[in-house]
Amino acid sequence: MAIYIDEPKCIGCEACIPACPYAAIDMVDGIAKFNENCTGCGACAYACPTGAIVLEMARKGEVDTSEYSGLWVVGEITPEGKLHGVTTELLGEGRKLAAELDTTVSVVLIGHHIGELAKTAAGYGADRVFVVDHPTLERYRTQPYTNVLTGLINKHKPEIVLIGATPMGRDLASRVAARIKAGLTADCTELTINPETKLLEQTRPAFGGNVMATILCEFTRPQMATVRPKVMAPQPFDQSHEAEIIDIPVDIDERAIATKIIEIIKDDSGSDVNLTEADIIVSGGRGLGGPEHFALIRELAETLGAAVGASRATVDAGWIPATHQVGQTGKTVHPKLYVACGISGAVQHLAGMSSSDCIVAINKDPDAPIFNVAHYGIVGDLFEVVPAMIAAFKERRGD
Amino acid sequence: MNIIVCIKQVPDTSEVRIDPETNTIVREGVPSIINPFDENAIEEALLLREQHGGKVTVISMGPPQAEAALRESLAMGADEAILVSDRCFAASDTLATSYVLSTAIRAIGEYDLIFCGKQAFDGDTAQVPPGIAEQLGIPQITFTIGLEVDGRKVRGRRMLESEFEVVEVRMPALVSVVKQINEPRRPGIKAKLAAKKKEVTIWDSACMDIEPCLCGLDGSPTRVVRTFAPTREIKGEKFEGEPAECAAAVIDRLIGQKII
Repeated sequence: MAIYIDEPKCIGCEACIPACPYAAIDMVDGIAKFNENCTGCGACAYACPTGAIVLEMARKGEVDTSEYSGLWVVGEITPEGKLHGVTTELLGEGRKLAAELDTTVSVVLIGHHIGELAKTAAGYGADRVFVVDHPTLERYRTQPYTNVLTGLINKHKPEIVLIGATPMGRDLASRVAARIKAGLTADCTELTINPETKLLEQTRPAFGGNVMATILCEFTRPQMATVRPKVMAPQPFDQSHEAEIIDIPVDIDERAIATKIIEIIKDDSGSDVNLTEADIIVSGGRGLGGPEHFALIRELAETLGAAVGASRATVDAGWIPATHQVGQTGKTVHPKLYVACGISGAVQHLAGMSSSDCIVAINKDPDAPIFNVAHYGIVGDLFEVVPAMIAAFKERRGD
Repeated sequence: MNIIVCIKQVPDTSEVRIDPETNTIVREGVPSIINPFDENAIEEALLLREQHGGKVTVISMGPPQAEAALRESLAMGADEAILVSDRCFAASDTLATSYVLSTAIRAIGEYDLIFCGKQAFDGDTAQVPPGIAEQLGIPQITFTIGLEVDGRKVRGRRMLESEFEVVEVRMPALVSVVKQINEPRRPGIKAKLAAKKKEVTIWDSACMDIEPCLCGLDGSPTRVVRTFAPTREIKGEKFEGEPAECAAAVIDRLIGQKII
């Protein structure tokens, strides 16, 4: 990708200057000029009112793939300021893939006051950590993160870029891929390196999980993929693993950012809803009969240290907020244990949870489709079975 | 207010299967529907038109039979429908698709808001809405569960992993919506019949400023090299009888496998 200024079109309005995150534009005789800081991220092209800044996209076959090397993970930081689980998972998976390619693993951390996380990322397997720390980057926003990440990719040319298939990752990855015209595969559940071609084979479910597809990006670089949380395994934390830490200076003008964050609203249902991060999920369905009976689901969840999930029917009925919904129209989850209570197992629900490591289903109807995907099924009344499970677990634990 | 809604006709995914012999997708006899999230996108556009006035244009990229989905959107109340269809668009991946759709949107002209469903039910990628916004150079609000418009300002409530985030951008902007944002209206027989008589405009690549090398296979950096059926070989154990005994048996197995 190349960027240049079509000088006769430049009117010297300076709109590009605050838009540039890398302080790479100077005004020379009333005309914008790029200095050596320019990464070609393209942020200025969108700010230019006259179309004087031209982003030239590479076409298929025009990318010299040999210029690209290294595997990158785009880090995600939780609202609590910790490294997101999916980032540690991608570092673990990244190490395996990088070994096949005989290359290194880098991680990009974007945020504010995040210096400490560089060491955490190193301990989970990063050889190199890019730290982009700026007050305007404290919380994820599409535009500045796209600009920063695009700039880094253009400058350092990684061969592979992995991003968590979280709301942030899915908002960001496609934007970056569209700007640099790279191939991007969504929500992968398996990644391998082809031993001969050395290409990244990206496998993902489609058609609601009924079909698996393996996808390649042969001619463009980087090969980009978002990866479903909880599918890959992190490496054990190794405090002695050191990384090169590179601070990336940026100069971002808050006024040039299109998105303003007005408010953050925490889920107020009183139970853990970060389903994509949870190791155990206990979900309730229509079989509960009413919103008040979610208390029983919460009790089992608390006993097991689990998050609370829900079927679409219960969310549609207003029994529980939509953030709890598991399924194709809700969240896709991959916990170690999924306990489905009073959920019949509609296809759209199965699409969101059938890849869980272990599934326990409790349902009155012995023919409920949920039993087809369950490792352990209990045919019975959940109002009898669930309390018995709570009692049995507490007894075994010695409470 | 000029509103554009991007929709996709998708197979009803619950019925799509892989042929175990050929490892190809069996589409025969599978009914087509409007992507369910796109129905919410249409509904949100219609609600905004009811409040603020304006025009709702629905566009879809797809084969000629996708016209049926556009007619359904006309029955719901959309003012205009455009089918963007050309053989050279076939096999477009998400990047090429967002290129074609953003080019079509430019050809429509002035717009204030673009609505999309958060993702399509068949591909499940959620990559096309940000791809369109990027290629148009406009801000996006993805995974939106609530929306307010105030003058040129758009406020969207986004559904994140464990919280909601309210963000504000200025028009023109793109908004992708989740299922929970509204309840799409179901057109009656009369509206459906009336929609049959309305015109669906069809645009091929000659009607727009399309570079052929950026769409279809040529414009798609990703390529599907293999499709196969997921392995779901679960030999489940089923317990029936005394609830306390069943519950204890399952708990013991979970503890035994160190799952809990």
